Amino acid sequence: MSATVHVEVTVNGERRQADVEARLLLVHWLRDELGLTGTHVGCDTTNCGACTIHMNGEAVKSCTVLTAQADGAELTTIEGLATDGELHPMQAAFMDKHGLQCGFCTPGMIMAATDLLERNPNPSDEEIRHGLEGNLCRCTGYHNIVEAVKSAAGAGVSA
Amino acid sequence: MSAIGQSMRRKEDPRMITGRGRYTEDINLPGMLHAVLVRSPEAHATITSIDTSAALERDDVVAVLTGEEMAGDFAGPLPMVWVPPGVEIKTPENWPLKRGEVKHVGDPVAVVVATTRHGAVDAAEDVIVEYDTKPAVVNPEAALEPGSPLVWDEFGTNRTHEWAIGGGDIDAGLAEAEVTVEHRFVNQRTSGAPIEPRCSVAEFRGDDLTLYSTTQIPHIARFVFSGVLGVAEDRLRVVAPDVGGGFGAKLQTYAEEALVLALAKRLGRPVKWVETRTEHMSTSHHGRDQINYVTLGAKRDGTLTACQVRVIADLGAYQQLLTPFIPELGFPVMGGCYRIPNIDLHFTGVFTNKMATDAIRGAGRPEATYWIELMMDRLADELGMDRLELRRKNFIGADEFPYETALGIVYDSGNYQGTLDKLLEHFDLDEFRSEQERLRGEGVYRGVGFSTWVEVCGLAPSRAVGPQGVGLQAAFWESANVRVTPTGSAIVYTGTSPHGQGLDTSFAQIAGDILGIDPQNVDVHHGDTDQGTWGWDTYGSRSLSVGGEAIVRAAQRVQDKAKRICAALLEAAPEDIELVDGKYQVRGSPDRSMTMAEISGAAHIPPNELPADIEPGLEESAFYDPENFVFPFGAHACVVEVDAETGKVQVIRYVAVDDCGPAVNPMLIDGQVHGGIVHAIGQALYEQVVYDEDGQLVTGTFVDYALPTAAEVPSFETDRTETRSPVNTLGVKGIGEAGTIAATPAVAAAVLDAIRPLGVTELDMPMTPMRVWQAIQGVGPRSTEQGRALDDHGDGSAGSGPTGPDEGGAA
Repeated sequence: MSATVHVEVTVNGERRQADVEARLLLVHWLRDELGLTGTHVGCDTTNCGACTIHMNGEAVKSCTVLTAQADGAELTTIEGLATDGELHPMQAAFMDKHGLQCGFCTPGMIMAATDLLERNPNPSDEEIRHGLEGNLCRCTGYHNIVEAVKSAAGAGVSA
Repeated sequence: MSAIGQSMRRKEDPRMITGRGRYTEDINLPGMLHAVLVRSPEAHATITSIDTSAALERDDVVAVLTGEEMAGDFAGPLPMVWVPPGVEIKTPENWPLKRGEVKHVGDPVAVVVATTRHGAVDAAEDVIVEYDTKPAVVNPEAALEPGSPLVWDEFGTNRTHEWAIGGGDIDAGLAEAEVTVEHRFVNQRTSGAPIEPRCSVAEFRGDDLTLYSTTQIPHIARFVFSGVLGVAEDRLRVVAPDVGGGFGAKLQTYAEEALVLALAKRLGRPVKWVETRTEHMSTSHHGRDQINYVTLGAKRDGTLTACQVRVIADLGAYQQLLTPFIPELGFPVMGGCYRIPNIDLHFTGVFTNKMATDAIRGAGRPEATYWIELMMDRLADELGMDRLELRRKNFIGADEFPYETALGIVYDSGNYQGTLDKLLEHFDLDEFRSEQERLRGEGVYRGVGFSTWVEVCGLAPSRAVGPQGVGLQAAFWESANVRVTPTGSAIVYTGTSPHGQGLDTSFAQIAGDILGIDPQNVDVHHGDTDQGTWGWDTYGSRSLSVGGEAIVRAAQRVQDKAKRICAALLEAAPEDIELVDGKYQVRGSPDRSMTMAEISGAAHIPPNELPADIEPGLEESAFYDPENFVFPFGAHACVVEVDAETGKVQVIRYVAVDDCGPAVNPMLIDGQVHGGIVHAIGQALYEQVVYDEDGQLVTGTFVDYALPTAAEVPSFETDRTETRSPVNTLGVKGIGEAGTIAATPAVAAAVLDAIRPLGVTELDMPMTPMRVWQAIQGVGPRSTEQGRALDDHGDGSAGSGPTGPDEGGAA
């Protein structure tokens, strides 16, 4: 059993603190301790991106971050993306363009896509495709995910 | 306005885009324990000892159990359900935990149960298992040679079974042929690789067991596990919550599902098991892994006379649920969309020290389409004929349906010329050829490949597939229960079990139209054996054409009753009540009408005016066994560019024209086609499960097993024609597997077309940069076995002679 570490983290706008095992991955803390099960685990090797969240405003794969590393950070998960009951435009675009099927990669894909538009508000198709290559989807063939991101960009998501 | 035919946005999406989906791993029950498996690192070995003492000493460990210790927990082994009349299939006992010997890497030998998952992982490291290694066999053709190591000594052979079917007179057909082409195709082993790994949670509460599992088949799972556990079916409930993709990998009754059930029963506490990705790659069943020796014969004018195929299917070490049947599942369409009067098919199953193969998206049909379409290209080249012209010459004509093939299979409907014509409206082949030629002059190598495909789905007419047919010990009808609530909403229970297909939406559209209820107020339930009717679940592109038809019939019965109630209350004859724009009204008197909410209110709180012969309530069920399969079809064109310096293949254009009958929801069809095509691009260019010669798994993670990312694939151009199926009242055919069945030959043919000027005329999948580069250099193998070179390959076959740059493209 490894030593514990005290962390204070803001998750979706709420201050949380905990004593966690030093080896505890952030995704497991979010899912198992905070009950934020929208963030998924798909691969264990940082390939699939289903666990993507925002840490201090940037997309990270939460399976490759120790909870201890998140001490002092501000995190946003898929559960925190909508504001005041209003879907984030990227969420709405995924629904409108049929950018999801089984929904398992979707939270990570949406978090990666919003981060992409933060960095590049008007990406080309190729930039979208390369921007999302760290997130795997087995259902959609990516076509409608690209359409969703373009649609959200057109709606001025990052503005 | 009819909801059917609209691209209605999905009812599933709001929960999934906000993180409120409920997947199996999200389920945590009070007092829940975590199970982790100790698995064999050996491909083939005798277990000489298992020492669990160190693991048991850990504070957080509740139990550590071996196969011997759990022998009494199971009433029977995991089943295989194909019993073809007159054919023996060698089927070893497949227990959830192995006793005595292990047969592939990942075979489970012990289970650790602890209060936390981390604790169980740690404790599993402390279980000491000693093995006495035995020789492993991984190459299916070598496994058939005399003197090969045996996977199962007791059978005295690695040959699991042989099965054959044919029609016409193959000898006459081959004698009649003026040209024959022969080729050996390798359809490599792949992984289903849904992004959600498997997970199972079991609970024993009161007298009842409940299994929550990432499964495509909750009803079949209850049927099977009641037998494996020796519990009555009414004491076992199986629930498939939101399931994160299946692709066939979750069409299985797995050891881990049986284990968590047995552990929950034994320990009296809920038990959860979560698959790691490495476990998925090693112990979720694989797909494909066939070698096909094909001979195609034709007259000089291109008229096909004969098709003969020898299939060698690597089944791995065990017979899982449908393992030996999957290669044969492709047989009904092993003549493609062509008139072939004489067909002869022979299948040989082989044991190897690898994970079992079973159904992966397409299941037997992608393998068939791959060799059919590439053989048509080879034959055209041999005849000096245009590749598409050869296809057109042999297409079954649109006026010939229903068409009985030489194999006795009746294709329900089709218009193969129609989809090809429409494809060529989108894709200007002449323009492509001149551009291709111009670019070659600049050292840019582009190629086009075509696939004019047909598949068989809508599983299945029970008489054809069940015990009296090919011998599956099951039936394949589907059921639905449609209930209207007192306030006029509807609840539809389907016996199918979706995992991404969007059935909550398309089934609501169907039921809503028939009931006269807004689809937004139709809630579709599925995947819980304690609800609704018995069903046969989701696979084989069956949900819409079989499950949807059951909903049509149940909803129609509800509509009929609603009309009788309405007629009684409006003092009209039932046959005079019509449903118009959501209102039940008297024909010719639209002012005399009722809504479904009003009718259902009366059905549940009957007013005195209702005749005594009308029962209260408004709920009906239907059970539908289709008369035939359905046969969707289409025409695809793929354009690739090959970097001759690196061997890298980029798909730069893909056009798909498909026909699955009238669209219930066009948006969902496009989505299925997109995903299916990318699955096929994955097989054609990237994916392969690789075992080394000792049976060690080389591709154990997504680092080694390459799924296509967004950057590898293009956007798609899709279009449809609509040819009704006469089999069901909606006229629909399945589309879930179509893209995967259609696209591998189109991609492979495009690569071969691109590098033909460089002297390459054959190359096996996956056409990775290394393989393509080696082929261009003339240094590498064109034909392969498990990712490694064979010393010699199929040179000398009629269609594969050396080709010079002057031969150019053939189409």
